[in-house]
Amino acid sequence: MIFYFDNAATSWPKPESVYKAMDNFARHIGGNPGRSAHRLSIAGAKIIYETRELLANLFGINDSSRIIFTANATEAINLGLKGILKKNDNVIVSSFEHNSVMRPLRFLEKELNISITVVPPSSSGPVDIKELEKNISDQTKLIVISHISNVTGEILPVNEIGSIARKYNILFMVDGAQSAGSIPINLAEIGVSLFAFTGHKGLMGPQGTGGLYIAPDVDLIPLKQGGTGSRSEYEEQPDFLPDKYEAGTPNTVGIAGLGAGVKFILNTGIEKIWKKKKSLSQYLLERLKSIKDVQIYGSFKEDKLPIVSFNLGKIQPSKVAQLLDEKYKIMVRPGLHCAPLAHRTIGTFPEGTVRISLGYFNTEKEIDYLIKCLKKINKSV
Amino acid sequence: MSKENKQICVITFHSTYYALKAEDIFKKSGVKVKLIPVPRSLSSNCGICLEFSCREKEKILNLVKIHKIKTEKIIIDGSPILNIVWSVNGQ
Repeated sequence: MIFYFDNAATSWPKPESVYKAMDNFARHIGGNPGRSAHRLSIAGAKIIYETRELLANLFGINDSSRIIFTANATEAINLGLKGILKKNDNVIVSSFEHNSVMRPLRFLEKELNISITVVPPSSSGPVDIKELEKNISDQTKLIVISHISNVTGEILPVNEIGSIARKYNILFMVDGAQSAGSIPINLAEIGVSLFAFTGHKGLMGPQGTGGLYIAPDVDLIPLKQGGTGSRSEYEEQPDFLPDKYEAGTPNTVGIAGLGAGVKFILNTGIEKIWKKKKSLSQYLLERLKSIKDVQIYGSFKEDKLPIVSFNLGKIQPSKVAQLLDEKYKIMVRPGLHCAPLAHRTIGTFPEGTVRISLGYFNTEKEIDYLIKCLKKINKSV
Repeated sequence: MSKENKQICVITFHSTYYALKAEDIFKKSGVKVKLIPVPRSLSSNCGICLEFSCREKEKILNLVKIHKIKTEKIIIDGSPILNIVWSVNGQ
């Protein structure tokens, strides 16, 4: 038996319906969506349409044509940043951003001379809101905030930041890599300009799926141009959504799986999923605290995801992870979790931490086993 | 219009997305429609369009209006009706 505690990297296992939907597409449908008019092409196009509608339903959006499919959250974030930012613009980010945000920004810093303002946490929360507001200037084009930290599981105050962005007429992008499918989300309420998500984490779909929601008043320059199956007589890219941003044959087999994942979430109820994740988080934190020499980083709040970073005495994170895998078949992730900025913020750079991230299918019993094994490792090393 | 198009009642769309969105809305409203390849004489846009019985034209036109369905052309009895089209860019 395998114990999988690496759901913030990718969720596993998936609901049975996800495997079935992908197998069904690959085996029985297979057509190129929207390219031809035969039944298999139409069936493929319907899968994509339905997945878009399901996502719109989950995120509280009326117009599903504003959801653009991408390969992952990283591509969605790149589309957002590179489609908006121009020479000398200023971008404000939190100090918990993932490299999926920081690396394109550092690239644009060199290419377009943009400036990047990193807002530190305050004594009471992960983002110092007053500091953020103080840093807004005439050059500030965009605020980018990670919805939930992939290192600590803590939720960042996106509603509050969204209203500041609106007040100053600044675009607001939320990185929902960890939040989509895990907590209730109403994009209209948050007031996002852009919301990037991945399909293979909380949404329970396969890897290679994700997307970007683009609010009605936002126009972006596309990352790519190419065939869409529409307006074939023109050599120019169509200017309507979703075709404008979706050149090339999509990952239909993946999107079929993603649709099944979102359907599973809607049928189960996002409130129920969120409740279970909160309770797993509290149980994990309580049990971890019972281990001598354990140092837990980040928040102990009740409203957080079961993503917990810790270190065990002076044992290197990579050693703890290796022993958990080799001796006990427990999968966790050590190191910096592609988020050096977040690790600097919580004071664990460059050594990093051991990260446990639980999914909807994990149980308290599995956590008990993990704790037992960590105690053994603590004694033996 | 050629003779063969005389009795045709179809809606064409800019994108497959809008064709499927329209089909979804019509079906939920209990109007029978069918996705067919776009007759080349009508458009070279997205590959599929919606065909419906010309007897349903009042219902269809009404639903297009109410739901602001984004169409390219609406062809009734073989003639394009342009005054109620909600174009993608014109909205």
